[in-house]
This record gives sequence, structure tokens and C-alpha cells, in this order.
Amino acid sequence: MFSPEELSALYLSAKVALWATLICLPFAVALAWTLARHEFRLKFLVEACLQLPMVLPPVVLGYLLLVLFGNKGWIGQYLNAMGIELAFNWKGAVLASMIVAFPLMVQPIRLSFQLINRQLEHVAGSLGASPFRVFCSISLPLALPGMLIGSILCFSRSLGEFGATITFVGNIPDETRTIPIAIYSFLQQPDGEEFAIRLVILSLCLAFSALIANYFILQKYQRKLGA
Amino acid sequence: MLKCDFQYQHADFQLNIKLEMQQQLLGIVGASGSGKSTLLKNIVGLLKPQQGCIQLNEQVFIDTQQNIHMPMHQRKIALIFQNALLFPHMNVQQNLCYAEKLIAQPERKFPFEEVVELLELSPLIQRQPHQLSGGEAQRVSIGRALLSSPNLLLLDEPLTGLDTHLKQQILPFFKRMKDELDLPMIYVTHHPEELEYLEADTLKLSQGRLQGN
Repeated sequence: MFSPEELSALYLSAKVALWATLICLPFAVALAWTLARHEFRLKFLVEACLQLPMVLPPVVLGYLLLVLFGNKGWIGQYLNAMGIELAFNWKGAVLASMIVAFPLMVQPIRLSFQLINRQLEHVAGSLGASPFRVFCSISLPLALPGMLIGSILCFSRSLGEFGATITFVGNIPDETRTIPIAIYSFLQQPDGEEFAIRLVILSLCLAFSALIANYFILQKYQRKLGA
Repeated sequence: MLKCDFQYQHADFQLNIKLEMQQQLLGIVGASGSGKSTLLKNIVGLLKPQQGCIQLNEQVFIDTQQNIHMPMHQRKIALIFQNALLFPHMNVQQNLCYAEKLIAQPERKFPFEEVVELLELSPLIQRQPHQLSGGEAQRVSIGRALLSSPNLLLLDEPLTGLDTHLKQQILPFFKRMKDELDLPMIYVTHHPEELEYLEADTLKLSQGRLQGN
């Protein structure tokens, strides 16, 4: 049904998007909680840094990643000495996807935390639950819809990531050639349009599946909460 | 018993409380904005007085002179709000057991079955909070508070928002709690007739000060 090249791009995209989502999730929850529940002097700066990847051209992000995490980059040279290589490597594609998709994950989680009735947390505290237990047993489960939406947005955005990825990790078959990069490559070939169209259809199916899954998961959760 | 001698200020409002509670049930009446909820929030630990001390028996919750401030979750004071505030992602049984799980078996004051029987919760046990009426939800929240084995129970206008019929259903449960449980309670309301029914000693809170103490 699919050629080995298409399967490789599909597998690589799924792997990169899954890792990006899993690594982003705890950081996104921590940042969303901090932004939703605390006021501090440099909050505006944190907000601006969080939104920056949304407004910067992806190629600029890719170049900055190369400068920072390239094999001779400011941070990359030390990582390289420890045997961790990010540039021109699928792990670098994960990093690029994380940077681009992170703000999309934080916002719905933050909104979920903001919508929780604080009195529920106060009740749990008065019943003897420590702040950490209140967070784990009340706040986190009630923010689950936001976490699901955030994860699906992050996963979908990672699947579609192109600009930062191709600039930072290039276009290496079986290593960094994800679905969007494979489509781009096929379109550069004289007889590649047919393959490109197949991958476009595959991308559409994946995106639709993620959104439909999102819808049903939310419906189920809202039914449980009686909303 | 409970001793309060503290000042709490927020914007223009000042609460000056001097209270020694000896009785098992103390009623506090006052108009809206008189500081009833603020008083309870200071006792439970949701708010922190700027000056003074609050203690229950030998346990000091706050003493600003000695810089003592016990966090809310260590005070063993249960607070029942105007709304039942059941945890919406848990069913009735899970709500009831929420606090019970945090307490070692020998320290549990009220057995689960006894609380379920006292508040007639058996038919509700597997329901989700959104499947309960206002009165049923408030009974579950009372049961949940009792199962946290508190040393003091604070009731912040627990019947507000319920119609007269539901109030008549719930009030006898409070009467039974007063008569059958060894648990000090402060019942705050702006309906004196509720306190008359419960035969509670009553103080009036007006402009942040208790009168008739």
C-alpha cells in the first residue's frame, strides 16, 4: 500500500511528534500552572518568550537552534562532548518540534487551570490534603481536558513541522525526512507528484483522526463531569 | 475549646474577633458583608490574620507574636461552604472517602457506615455529583467533612441556595449531628430561625465585631 520511503516518513513523523509531545507535557503543565496561579514581576517576559515561536519565522528558529545546538554551537559543543548529537539527527527534529509546538500546548492547559473552581481546592485542603495532593487529586484531573487538547495540538503541530526542522536537521532519508519534508522532496522530483499527493492525503487523514479523537475524548470527559 | 483573639484587615474592612467557644454548637448571625465568611476563613486557614492568635484546645493554629502559622491541611478543621462543592470527577463514594483515605484507621472518628446511615446516603453512593439534587449534594458534602475526622466543623451558610422544602430536609440532620456526635461546630447564617431550630447559643457579627459574647 505504501512505499518504503513513505512508510519511513510516516514512522519518523510519528516518532518525532510522540517524543515531542511526551517531553513537552510535564514542562507545559508546570508553566501553565505557574502562569495561571501566580503573579510575579517578570511574568510579561515569560509570556513573551512563550509566544515567540508562534510569531518568529520557522526558518529563523531553525537557524537559532543551529547556532545554539549545532555540533559547534554554544550549547551543542558541550552536548557533543557528552555524546549527545542533535543537529542533522532525528533527536534534533524532536527539539525543533518541541520549540514550535510548546506554546500551543501551554495555552489550553493554562485555560483549564484558570477555569477550575478554586473553592474545590480549598475544600480538599480543609479535608487534610497537602498542596501537592490537592494538585494531583483535584487540579490535575480537572485540567485533563486542557492537557488532552494541548497534547493533540502539540502532536499535530509536530507532525506538520517543516521550516525549523529542515533548517536545523536537514533532509536526510530515514533520519530526519518527516512527512512534510518528504512531500517537499517529492515535489522537487520530476515524477514525484504522485507520491507527494499520497503523502498529502495521509497527512489529511492523520490530522482529521487527531481532531476527531480529540472531539470524542472531550465528549466522554464532559459527560462524566455532567457538563 | 476554641479561642480566637485576632485582627484581620482587607481594604477598608476590619475584623476584630475575641471569642472563647465552650459550647458544642455556636451560631453566628450577621448581615451580608458583616464578616461571617471571613471569620471562618481565618479559622480554617484560608486567610491569615495580621495580628493575634487562634487555638483549639492546646493546638495553636496561628500566633503572630510567636510566628506560628499552621497550614490549613494540618488543622483538622472541616469547612462546609454554601455550595456542596463536590469533586465533579469523583462519584459520591469517592467524594466521601477522599479525606478518609488520608487518615490512619485508629484516628478515624466516625465510621463510614455510621456517617452513611446518619445522613441517609446509601441510595446515592454510586451516583455522580451532577446526578444529585441540591439537598442530596449538601448531605454528601457534610458526610465528606465528617469523614475527615475533624476536631471542629465550620458551616458557612450551608442552607443558602436551597428552597424551604430542602432546608426542612437538611436541618434535622444538623440536629442529629449536634445530638449524636461529639464534634464542636460553628454554624454561620443570616437566618436566625435555623439557629433557633438547632437550639444553638448565638452571637451576632456586625461590622466585623462579635456582639453578645
